[in-house]
Amino acid sequence: MSAPKLVEKAALNPFGQCPLPIFDHPQIVLGHGSGGKLSAELIEKVFVSRFRNPTLDKMDDQAILEIGGARLAFTTDSFVVTPIFFPGGDIGTLAINGTVNDLAVGGATPLYLAAAFILEEGLPAAELARVADSMASAAQNAGVQLVTGDTKVVNRGKGDKIFITTTGIGLIDRATQLSADCARPGDKIILSGTIGDHGITILSQREGLEFESALQSDCASLHDLIKTMLDEAEAAGALQGVRVMRDPTRGGVATVLNEIADRSSAGMLLRESKIPVRDTVRGACEMLGLDPLYVANEGKLIAILAPEIADRVLAVMQRHPLGADSCIIGEVIDQPTGMVLMKTSVGGTRVIDVMFGEQLPRIC
Amino acid sequence: MKYLDEYRDGDIAAKLVERIRRVQTKPWVIMEVCGGQTHSIVKNGIDHLLPKGVELVHGPGCPVCVTPLEMIDKAHAIARRPDVIFCSFGDMLRVPGSDGDLFSIKSLGGDVRVVYSPLDCLKIARTNPDKQVVFFAIGFETTAPANAMLAWQARQNGIDNLSLLVSHVLVPPAIEAILSSPENRVQGFLGPGHVCAVVGYTEYEPLAARFHVPIVVTGFEPLDILEGVLMVIEQLEAGRGEVENQYSRVLSRGGNLPAQDLIGKVFEVSDRKWRGVGTIPSSGFRLRDEFRDLDAEHRFNVSAIDTMEPAICISGLILQGIKKPHDCPAFGTECNPQHPLGATMVSAEGACAAYYAYGRHLKDSDLVSIGGERR
Repeated sequence: MSAPKLVEKAALNPFGQCPLPIFDHPQIVLGHGSGGKLSAELIEKVFVSRFRNPTLDKMDDQAILEIGGARLAFTTDSFVVTPIFFPGGDIGTLAINGTVNDLAVGGATPLYLAAAFILEEGLPAAELARVADSMASAAQNAGVQLVTGDTKVVNRGKGDKIFITTTGIGLIDRATQLSADCARPGDKIILSGTIGDHGITILSQREGLEFESALQSDCASLHDLIKTMLDEAEAAGALQGVRVMRDPTRGGVATVLNEIADRSSAGMLLRESKIPVRDTVRGACEMLGLDPLYVANEGKLIAILAPEIADRVLAVMQRHPLGADSCIIGEVIDQPTGMVLMKTSVGGTRVIDVMFGEQLPRIC
Repeated sequence: MKYLDEYRDGDIAAKLVERIRRVQTKPWVIMEVCGGQTHSIVKNGIDHLLPKGVELVHGPGCPVCVTPLEMIDKAHAIARRPDVIFCSFGDMLRVPGSDGDLFSIKSLGGDVRVVYSPLDCLKIARTNPDKQVVFFAIGFETTAPANAMLAWQARQNGIDNLSLLVSHVLVPPAIEAILSSPENRVQGFLGPGHVCAVVGYTEYEPLAARFHVPIVVTGFEPLDILEGVLMVIEQLEAGRGEVENQYSRVLSRGGNLPAQDLIGKVFEVSDRKWRGVGTIPSSGFRLRDEFRDLDAEHRFNVSAIDTMEPAICISGLILQGIKKPHDCPAFGTECNPQHPLGATMVSAEGACAAYYAYGRHLKDSDLVSIGGERR
């Protein structure tokens, strides 16, 4: 057989024109909801540009408002999970805990919630009651009251069983200064436990991917863990040493750390060997070609702490049931700004970038 | 975790790097053939562990990247049909055709589904008898047995609403093309572990002999790759050019005979177009005549689609190891994962996407000082 000839690039397109396969989708695609770059671009272009104000511009998980001398945290979140029931929780527990967590990571004591339900015609009433039961018990556990709400029904096929939006308000009664722009070089990055449990649990339940595992969603309210941490920092006289807290939900730990690095104009250096991942989650990720750093969590906390109080706060976290596996996974560095780096287990260095859309399973 | 941690041990990695350092006296250019190896190299930062004189270049082994634009356009034409359920491996969804990607088609109402195994399509075809189910059967020899099994079982079970859009390519003709190019810089290869697990490595022996080039069939974990690099360099330094098997825990010289038998029943070797490279004779598979009625190209009459590729994108040169992603003027600017100009920027296995995601657009010196690495 004679050696095949390689065709020069230019010869493939004699016109020298670039028929650009442009990726500015003229319509919404799933990637716009991924929490990655596509989401960020959509939010910036469509919403932030139209509603610009100092509170919104902070782009935290909650707005901090001063009203009549009180500092209030205010947030909202929508929940559209499939399936609506999964090991470790359901859409109701997510809807309460998600909003409670967004208030708590702002340093607030969560107080009151509103809930709006969009129900699809045909949803079994018993399933709705089960979701409401879960919400009641999650609300009680988090010490919040559901004080107002709304219900709409859409035609069959126009929804996916049930969509829930919860809005919450909480009181900030101590002099915290928590925001994504507060990380400083030398700060420690603390993670409250194993990553990827929620996302992989949901994936394992989906049609077409029935793998069996004993894995459960980590869905939980973080308000008490956070209260314990702030109490300890306050007792140490270093409340403002708690710089940033975020719950790494959609987009995972990688996305949250990139946001903080970007907002704080700092870098991050993680150690792969310190990041706790359950074997089940690792196994599923290895098989599907996913990276647990980008998989969603619903009961985990990322905290950026000043070095002088990191060990002390870490110790109280480890004594809390939701923080038993807490550990320092890395630290904030000064260069390169806006970037998250990771020292890999074999001793190399890689950059943890923001995903731009959905994480896609690889072919082989 | 068992079977993973053993192959990611930092201490053993350091020892292997030390051995490479001791053996290597001259600069060498080594190509890893597989996209999976490229991914592992950048994900684990292996290229930055190697001594300066050892250059890794990324080969043509990302199946998504080498699928020609015209085949993507054919896929999109089929996926847009209201009577079709179009099934694909996940990372194919983002590959741009001349007009959007499969995600766009999905958002406009097309029924596009990600499957994890080709055989999932059988179930989809059975439960949707009023639809045509089409599977985008791409890949190298690695995916050929499972794709062949889909055609085989569809035939055995009399499922006639299922067809395959086949764009199968083979590794040895690509290696031959690279070695025959006057611009070739590659002096040794990390051979494709998973491909050889299916077809064995006898086909590589005449290539190694003819071009006097070491080909070490290598696995995908960090320690596999470091050991593969060491074995290639040992051959190069000794003036040898042979096929060796680093991945012996998985594969033997003859490969998986039942899988080969099945491939032979369903597919036959044919000429194939490669993205950015052009047509290479006898470089792929097509369905045999007995299975031709399962060929989606014929069933949906899309054979006539013939698309030119963007001129600025140098993915063809990257796939051949002649250029690196950051040699491209569009890399990281006009071309990024959000706006890919070529498929090498699209798939996680693609060299450009891997470089982008893992920050290889930085200068080496940046990473060295940041990570405290020494070269």
